[in-house]
Amino acid sequence: MPETSFRSGLFARIEGLPIIVVFALILGLFMYTAPEVFLAPQIYTTLLSTAPPLILLGVGLTFIIGAGEIDLSFPSVIAFSGYVFAVLFKEYQLGWIAVLGSLASGLLVGVVNGLLIARVGIPSFIATLGTQFFWSGMATVLSGGRSYALRGAEDSSVWQLLVGNFGDPNAIAWQDQVSIQALWTALIVVLLWFILNRHRFGEHILFIGDSNDVARVVGINVEREKIRLFTLMGGLAAIAAMMLTLENKNFFGNQGQGYLLTAIAAVLIGGTSIFGGRATIVGTVFGCFIIWILEAGLVASGLTGAWVRTVQGLIFLIAIVFYLLVEEPGRRVELMRRLGLRREAGRSFAAGRTAGPPRRAGPRQS
Amino acid sequence: MNETQSDGDFTHIVRMEGVQKFFGAVHALRNINLAIGRNEIVGLIGDNGAGKSTLIKVLTGVMPPSAGRIFVRDRPIDLSRHSVGMAHAMSIETVYQDRSLGEKQPLWRNFFVGRQITDRLGFIRVKEQKRIAEEILLNTIGFRGVGIGVDSTVKQLSGGERQGIAIGRAMHFNSDLIILDEPTVALAVKEVRKVLEFVRRIKESGRACIYIEHNLAHVHEVADRLLVIDRGEIVADIDPREMSVAALTEYLIDLQQHR
Repeated sequence: MPETSFRSGLFARIEGLPIIVVFALILGLFMYTAPEVFLAPQIYTTLLSTAPPLILLGVGLTFIIGAGEIDLSFPSVIAFSGYVFAVLFKEYQLGWIAVLGSLASGLLVGVVNGLLIARVGIPSFIATLGTQFFWSGMATVLSGGRSYALRGAEDSSVWQLLVGNFGDPNAIAWQDQVSIQALWTALIVVLLWFILNRHRFGEHILFIGDSNDVARVVGINVEREKIRLFTLMGGLAAIAAMMLTLENKNFFGNQGQGYLLTAIAAVLIGGTSIFGGRATIVGTVFGCFIIWILEAGLVASGLTGAWVRTVQGLIFLIAIVFYLLVEEPGRRVELMRRLGLRREAGRSFAAGRTAGPPRRAGPRQS
Repeated sequence: MNETQSDGDFTHIVRMEGVQKFFGAVHALRNINLAIGRNEIVGLIGDNGAGKSTLIKVLTGVMPPSAGRIFVRDRPIDLSRHSVGMAHAMSIETVYQDRSLGEKQPLWRNFFVGRQITDRLGFIRVKEQKRIAEEILLNTIGFRGVGIGVDSTVKQLSGGERQGIAIGRAMHFNSDLIILDEPTVALAVKEVRKVLEFVRRIKESGRACIYIEHNLAHVHEVADRLLVIDRGEIVADIDPREMSVAALTEYLIDLQQHR
């Protein structure tokens, strides 16, 4: 009913609104501290060309974390699928077949993860920690530790269609620098938004994240959906790997390493629940923007690069604590009690959380 | 939706023959034989760990039995392919104590999850689902003016309301056999009355029900027949009209002491 849902407020109606506001505030701050950078268009065209890999990884992880799982192996897919692409593209001159080969390698890593987690039953944290070592080791062994420079790649249709610019490649006006990978990424993000929020698969993922038991009881094939989930993540990581390799026109063995923390942080800053069951694609995209813009903004504001990770880590922790307290009223009360602010109320509420159905949790909003 | 199946001529909605279940060395179900009539309320009682939940899980396809045969509407079912989806398709629906609903998900998703109304590509018809969910909420369950809508999450509901949602879902999907797993645990007296009223409505609507309950008074009140399960075995088949709650309680205590 429109009347009832209307009253539940603007924040509930627009997906990811809190994080959009935070992003706008940070952006405003940087426009103030470094106007020459943030009031010029170039920073935004750079964003469009370099943020896509992070966004693709973040959106994939939104599904993973929404399902109550974790994937630590995607940095190794960036390395392994990047290697597969580089070697097929450069050594064998295979063009589009290199793209398919790279995508297949990412899907393969994902399927293996999915089988280990769903069929063998290893917790995803451990399984993907293992596969992370295995595939990044594999990439190093196969490449012999070498990097592959893809000189002249910009003449290929692969380069032009995947990471080319909309404008004249030789022009320097900012309009000509808008990268095509931003378009592909946007299309993938929109498609995945519909998958998560409107497709059977997305609904299954959220119910699995809510509770594996409930998911089984309502007839979801939990194992099959988890295999699909990790396969999707592997595929997205492979696309990110290709974009990164082509954009840099270079492959090197540890090119995925910087993404582990940043991609997970982007998802959690965006508001996807660390407990699973609730996930937001819009939040993740703005989480990625925040992670990215902190890097650019802190340096442009005159701080050394060493500060970037520190501030990113800090914002990450603040976001986690914030969402934890909003989402888990029991924990909030518990924290208050520990801080000595609400002595008496704490215990009964915290106990109520574990007891299950009988309690009437949270206020009725609608 | 399964009219052709449910209209068929049969005596028992469900029958189990020699069903066994092992968890490693643990013998959880021992040679279970039971039959549930098509319009019968059967109470299943027994101590914690007696095997009630395992029995239900085997019956509804959550896990396969180690041995034995299961018949639905007098026809044997292929246990290697038995699943929750199959049970749903055969109009068997389970309402678990606290595992039937996704806590953080809105009610409209909870009604349809596992059997969504989708287009050919698997995209959910949200408007249609919400419209039907609204109907179930108002007409089948009778949630009026209590501030609950189809967009409310399960988290916001009380224990009795949760049972109502799960039960309403079972009603909507025209289940011939509804299995209730301790639906009145930790509910206030008023909410217990509602649940028992619903169990009677299952009977009136011509369906069958297996009602698992700890509280003997509750189950004694509504059941046509009581099955006592102990250490994985069915040890008694009792007509509640011939045994009072007090006598039943004594019998069960006696049972514990003699084993």
